[in-house]
Order: sequence, then structure tokens, then C-alpha cells
Amino acid sequence: MPGKVPNALSGVELPDPHMDIEDYDPDADLMVLNMGPQHPSTHGVFRVKLIMDGEVIVKAVSYPGYLHRGVEKLMEKLTYAQITPIVDKNDYVSPMINEQAVNMAFEAALEVEVPRRARWIRTILAEMQRVASHLVALGTFTLDVGGAIGGGASIFMYTFRDRELILDLFEELTGCRFHYNTHTVGGQRHDIPAGWAGRAIEALKLIDQRLDEFFELVIANPIFQDRSDGVGILPRHLALGLGLGGPIGRASGVDLDLRRDAPYHCYDEIEVKVPTRTTGDCTARFMVRYEETRESLRIALAMLEGVPEGPICSRKAVNSAASVKIKDGEVYVGVESPRGELGTYLIAGGQGGQGPYRLKIRPPSLHAISVIPYLLPGNNISDAIAILGSLDPIMGEVDR
Amino acid sequence: MDTIAAIWDTIFTNPWLHGLFFGIVIATVALTLVAWSIWFERKLAGRMQNRVGPVFVGPAGLLQPLADALKLMRKDFVVPREADKALFILSPVLLMFFALASLAVIPFGPDTVIADLDLGVLWVLAFAGLMLFPLWMAGWTSNNKYALFAGMRAVAQGISYEVPMLLMALVPVIYAGSFNLQDIVRYQADHSWFIVWPPGPGIVAFVIFFIASLAEGNRIPFDIPEAESELIAGVSVEYAGMSYGLFPFTEYLHSMIASAMASVLFLGGWSGPVFPGIHWMLLKTAILFTVILWMRWTLVRFRSDQLMRACWRWLVPISVVVVCAAAVLRYFLLAGGAP
Repeated sequence: MPGKVPNALSGVELPDPHMDIEDYDPDADLMVLNMGPQHPSTHGVFRVKLIMDGEVIVKAVSYPGYLHRGVEKLMEKLTYAQITPIVDKNDYVSPMINEQAVNMAFEAALEVEVPRRARWIRTILAEMQRVASHLVALGTFTLDVGGAIGGGASIFMYTFRDRELILDLFEELTGCRFHYNTHTVGGQRHDIPAGWAGRAIEALKLIDQRLDEFFELVIANPIFQDRSDGVGILPRHLALGLGLGGPIGRASGVDLDLRRDAPYHCYDEIEVKVPTRTTGDCTARFMVRYEETRESLRIALAMLEGVPEGPICSRKAVNSAASVKIKDGEVYVGVESPRGELGTYLIAGGQGGQGPYRLKIRPPSLHAISVIPYLLPGNNISDAIAILGSLDPIMGEVDR
Repeated sequence: MDTIAAIWDTIFTNPWLHGLFFGIVIATVALTLVAWSIWFERKLAGRMQNRVGPVFVGPAGLLQPLADALKLMRKDFVVPREADKALFILSPVLLMFFALASLAVIPFGPDTVIADLDLGVLWVLAFAGLMLFPLWMAGWTSNNKYALFAGMRAVAQGISYEVPMLLMALVPVIYAGSFNLQDIVRYQADHSWFIVWPPGPGIVAFVIFFIASLAEGNRIPFDIPEAESELIAGVSVEYAGMSYGLFPFTEYLHSMIASAMASVLFLGGWSGPVFPGIHWMLLKTAILFTVILWMRWTLVRFRSDQLMRACWRWLVPISVVVVCAAAVLRYFLLAGGAP
């Protein structure tokens, strides 16, 4: 039998991820199955080595790193203004929030005030990005349990159709569909165009309606419930121990949301309801994301109604890197990304003060995939895929 | 004219020539239909998913199946180094052969049948069962762990779902008193479709038979052996070119035969008013085939253990009860009626 780690907090016994495979039943006929890096359902280039007894996983070892680009090292050579477009590529499903995270760190280090209108716009963009990102997460999870040539693909197409509405709005605002580069130290680069708010309200209301259809089609479907109920239960103490916030932590009962608990932007001016679950299975993670999408739509719709007047940037446009005020010091800023706490730890003072000496990103997805060795053993391949999908890891962010 | 009529007469009276003639015609038509059913499915799926489906090759993308087939034929046929070469090459061929063989007894009209066998029902079910062997061969000889998993899943699933499928095919046999598919259709033409009359067992039997044939044909929500998101491409993962193409092709052929069998056994086959029989048969098959596609593009798939549980815990007991009920009904209701 696999070694067990006794658990005083919740009573759920978890397999020991560091189990020596020699300790397993010597009569068992074990087999090593490499899932990834080219497997279609690992959400990017990610490899898990599975040691299988029949179709049941005995031990899982994850090997991230196939998408490592050395972004953090690269940032040490760049100035503050040059870093924003680089971090877009980290979590490529929610680039807006990545930009906000580093820019908030720069603003904190450089002691730059952000005008209220800019913070308001940032809140709207963050919530819209959260909707877009969660739509991808919901769609890819159904794709994982439903099949790329089948019902899962239909639902995936529907969520991408809805996400497209948001990407169109972002394109109109920033000129780019994906890597926006719209945040800067001290505010925003692009102001809201005329009529944009109205169109955004229309689009978000449409997405809200379509989520009802999504609920009927997916969550109310008994086959879907069978596939995700009780699969991959993540107990609360493990979520806390591995530093998991975000939808995964909240699905396990970790009631933590930086938007409510440590408000930034304009979140202190609006009520943020935080959906939580205590079951910690794939359904809980899925439902938390679904409800968060609803909640983000509500917040964005409410904020789009009354965008305050004023400047969008507290500083003049940066024409040369040398015009950035030089300051030393270190700062940590955490924002709530769709995957959990996206932290930026910045030591200022590199390149003669124009860039960071060191910039460390705390990616929520890295913490998410750290539960894989705990959750996969005891499940079969089908469940392993469902669990992986429910964690919604973004490999660009894991490996950086 | 006389010579043509004479040739025609010879063909229809000589069982060998009859079989050869209809064999060639039906196999050709069926394979063509399957090719264009792929086009139809892609168009339908496109509609369901806010897309347009294939549009570029030919009008409305109608030549897409030809382009696909040509592309597959031009591709390299790669045999993995560690694979068992003979069986690896043989398995898709055998798969195709078994699928086509079950076509032999399906009646498309009063005379349009390749071989009017007395054990037609068993013939179709036997070849449906035999199709597991090439799947397992492909899974084992590919020397790929994913293909091995898929092969094992296919065999487990196929063997399990054969039980309710066979039992449910017995219901029309009990009613009609014959294993001959033509007799079953003729009985329904004289009396009524088995799905409506005698009331009760027929409709349950139809539903279970349809579900079981979906599972047998590896269609969503039962396409666990193929499960692209888990097993990449199932048993066909190591195949390339047309040897790969035969796998999905057979899958479509198999679903089409399953639809045809369900309409023969429960929906009266070629019987219907006004139009010739073959129209009715094709219409009923097409409707059932569309239902299969509709389900495929709507539902998510089961897990293998859930699938087995559903079969042994629900379908098999219900099937046994339904067969007994059908036998009792036959004894009391139809006593003295035409067999």
C-alpha cells in the first residue's frame, strides 16, 4: 500500500508524494506512463511521470520547466517601462492582471500616486479579464472531461465565443487582443474611448445571459456531475500548506480574496462577494470559478456605470528611461489574479535605478501544480486529466 | 431490352449473382455515404458550435471527404520499430472487413439485401463482437502504453455492452419468431413497429439497444477507448496515413450499421407507406445517425468504471426483465397470431 501521511486537521488521508516506489506492493506489476510534454490535456508543455498499477496511479512526479524563458533574469536588464509588455506573456490568459501586478509594485517602490480614474479603469479591466480567464478555465475543463471531438469541444467553443466579446473590447481600448501594454507606472496609457462603456455593458450582459445556458448545458448535466463530484479532493490544510489561494483554495474552504481582504485599486469602494466551497473536489473548483465569473460580471457592470472623471495617469508620458525617478528599496505587492495571489517582489535599484535589481514573481499556477503529487495517486487517468484541468495551470506563468 | 431483362432476371434468381451484385452496390453506396456522413457531421457540429464547418473544398465543402482521403493516402505509413509488424498492419484492415461484413444481412428493401440469412441477427451481432479483436490487436501491437490502455478499455467495454445489446435484439426475435431480419421487417410491415406495439418492452428494448450500440461503436458519451483528452487518440495513436484513416472511417460505418440495425429491429425497417422501401430504410437510418451525432456534440463522456457500473448494474438486469416480459407478452397477446 502507498504510504500515508496522517492528517490531524481534516481527517482526509493523503498519499505520501515522496513515497519510495520500492515500498509499494512487490507483487504489483507497475508501469511508468509519461504524460506530457506533448500530451494534449496538460494545458501547455508540462510533463507528469505517472507510476501506474493497472489504470490506477500509484505515484505522480511532475516536471515543469519546458516553458522556461528566463523572464526574471531578463527583467534585471530592463527598465520599468520595458517590463510591462514582458509580463503579459507570463500568464497569457490574463495579461491585464499581470501588468497591474508589476506596475503596482513599481508604483509602490517609486512612491507614485495613481489617480482615481486610472484605478477605476484598472478595476474594470481586472474584472473583465477575470471573466475572460475564467471562461477559458471553464471551457478547458469541460474539454478535458468531454473530449476534443465531442460535447466538450462544443462547450469550449461557446466559452471562447463569449471570451471573444471581451477581447474585442480590449482590442478597441488598447489596440491589442492579447498583450495589451496598457498599464504604466502611475496610471493608464489608453483612455476609455467614446461609447466603449456602453458597448462593454451590452457585451457583459450578453455573457451573463449565456452563462445561464452554460449552467443548463454543463453543470446540470448528470454525466458531468458524475465525472467531477468527489474527484481530486484537496483538504483545507494542504491548500493552506502549499500556499494555495484563489479559486482552488476557496473551493477547499480557504476564505481568502485579496480584493476583499487587502483591497487595492478601487475594490474598497465596492462590495466583493467571495464564493467559497468546503468540499474541495473538481465540482467545487468549477463552481467557485463559475460563481466568480458571475460576481466579476456584476462588479464590472456596476463600475462601468459611473467611471469618475479625471486624469488617467499621474505622470507625464515617459519618453526616456532616464526620466524615471530613482529610488531604492524593496516591496512586495500581491494582487488577486484569476488563479490566486499573483505576487511581485521587487528590489529596486538596478541599472542605475531605472529598473529593478531583482524582480521575483510569485505565480499562483506554480502553487496550483504543486498539489499534483498529492491528488493524483489513487485515481485513474480519466480523473487525473479532470484534476489537472480543474487546477487550471498556465505553464507560461509556472516556468516564466 | 429482352437481354437486359434476362440478365436482370438471372441476377435476381441466382443467389450467388444476387449476392455479388448487391454486395458490390451496397458496399459502394455505404462507403460513399460514410465518407459524406463525415462531411455532414462536420457541418452539423459547425452549426452547433457557432462555426461554418468545411467550406473551401467544393461547393459548401462537399468535396472535403475526398480531399481528406487523398491527404491520408499520400501520407507516409510508419510502423513503429518495436511494433509487431504483421498484426499492426492487419488490424485496421480486419476492422474494416468486419464492419463491412455485418452489412451483408441488413435489408434495405424487400429485395435489396446481399444475403438473406436465417440467422441474420446473430450474424450482425457476431461481427460487432469480432470488431473488438482488431481493436485489441491494434492496441497491443502498437507497443504504446496509451494504445494498450485504449485496447484494454475497448475490450472490457465491448464485452460488457454486448450482453444488453444481444438481449435486446432478442425482443424483436421473440415477437417475430425468426432470426431472419427480412422476416422481422415483414412481420412489422404486417402488424406494427415493435417500438409501439406490443406496448411496453419494445420501447425499452429500443432505447437500451441504441445505448449499447453507441457503447459498442465507441461514440460519445461512451467513447472511452478513444478519449482524446486522456489517451491522445486511443488505439490509433501510432497509426499514420490511411491506416489511421480506417479507424475513424470504421467508427462511422459502425454507427451507421448500428442505426440501420435499430431501425430494422424496432422501427419497421423498409416498411412504410407510398415510397419504396429503400427510402424509408435510409430515412430511418439517417434520423438515428443524426441523433448519434447530436448526442456526440452535446454530451461529455463517462469514466470507464462508471460505464461498466451503468452496464452491469442497470442495463443488464433491465434487459433480462424486458426479455422475460416480451416472452410473456408474446405468449398471451399474440397467441394464435401469425408467427
